[in-house]
Amino acid sequence: MLEASQLECVRGDRRLFAGVSFRLEGGELLNLQGKNGAGKTSLLRMLVGLAQPVAGEIAWRGVAIRKLAEDYRAELCYMGHHNAIKEELTPLENLLASARLAGEPLSDEQALEALYAVGLGGREELQAKYLSQGQKRRVALARLIHERRALWVLDEPFVALDVAAVDMVAGLIGAHLQRGGLAVMTTHQAVNIPAGAVREYRLGA
Amino acid sequence: MLSLFFAIVGRDLKLALRRQADLVSALFFFIIVVSLFPLGVGPEMDMLRKMAPGILWVAALLATMLTLPRLFGDDYRDGTLEQLVLAPQPLPVTVLGKMAAHWLTSGLPLTLLAPVLGLQFDLSAEGLMVLTLALLVGTPSLSAIGAIGAALTLGLRGGGVLVSLLVLPLYIPVLIFGAGAVDAAVSGLGFEAHLSLLGALLAGSLFFAPWATAAALKISLE
Repeated sequence: MLEASQLECVRGDRRLFAGVSFRLEGGELLNLQGKNGAGKTSLLRMLVGLAQPVAGEIAWRGVAIRKLAEDYRAELCYMGHHNAIKEELTPLENLLASARLAGEPLSDEQALEALYAVGLGGREELQAKYLSQGQKRRVALARLIHERRALWVLDEPFVALDVAAVDMVAGLIGAHLQRGGLAVMTTHQAVNIPAGAVREYRLGA
Repeated sequence: MLSLFFAIVGRDLKLALRRQADLVSALFFFIIVVSLFPLGVGPEMDMLRKMAPGILWVAALLATMLTLPRLFGDDYRDGTLEQLVLAPQPLPVTVLGKMAAHWLTSGLPLTLLAPVLGLQFDLSAEGLMVLTLALLVGTPSLSAIGAIGAALTLGLRGGGVLVSLLVLPLYIPVLIFGAGAVDAAVSGLGFEAHLSLLGALLAGSLFFAPWATAAALKISLE
């Protein structure tokens, strides 16, 4: 379903990688490996269409993502380095706003349920600036609870999370794969995804 | 698409209300700059009356400039902008929502304050009315044009200065026709033509600026 062929990335005047090709089907997770600066984040940004490859092509269901544009973005959930949450808003408001802006509004009950599921129960009315790093990350990850889009692209989803939260997110990814979803992620942690086929790809080997 | 527009406006207004210091500081800047002129120039009514339209408009331009770096800056830093760009809706609609929210929190308050400040310059009732009207039609163009500059300078060091250099020249037509309208009204001439031209500028900038801004945002994010 997701196919990358001969991708090349240049940052400044350095070539980060070239000739990156892979193919991902429903129920599969691609775990990108590579040392710092190998271009993992750059590759993820290419896969979601935020950056353009110097050479090569990315196709979704056989069609180039540049041509699909909005149709591709409607099947995509991207979580980057930043949490994309607003310090002045409460976790509940953040979750409701990000869901509305992504074009898939949640009801108040659904949002509350998601916040309880990520362990933020009782803190939904507290402005996000009073939360710890890990709790902020949990607010961002709460989006995944009701996310049913086919392709998840996650950049270091486990950063700042405690052990229990890492297991919880791994469970979410597993459930997503079991529903036939695809996922691409980077992580430096050894994580056990409970379901689905996990494939590894090493950048700059 | 319309719901996305209102979602953006609603969220930005809520954020602006939680972060009132930003909103109030631009307004105070406007008040202080405008009030410095009568103090500096002295109480010569004729001179003040002549200078009033220009001073009020220039101060409004500068106050708007002050708020531009924040238009996309916060969203850029916390990653929200990436999410907005990746939302399955046309980016220009999102951008239009950001512009609308920006105007509601900068242009509109300036417009409402201007007649009060105009009293310091002994403007006639008609002059004050035309000043308000001209700002009402002109300030949305400032938000729209400014958004292009804000998007282009996103993530650059010293972006604040750069945005002024980029955007202030583009504000010149709005300044000329805006101040011209008030001038014409004060000297008893017809001001309708100036207002029509401001309206034309607004229509043009509302049509073109969202596309240009969307393109600039994509470049800045890459």
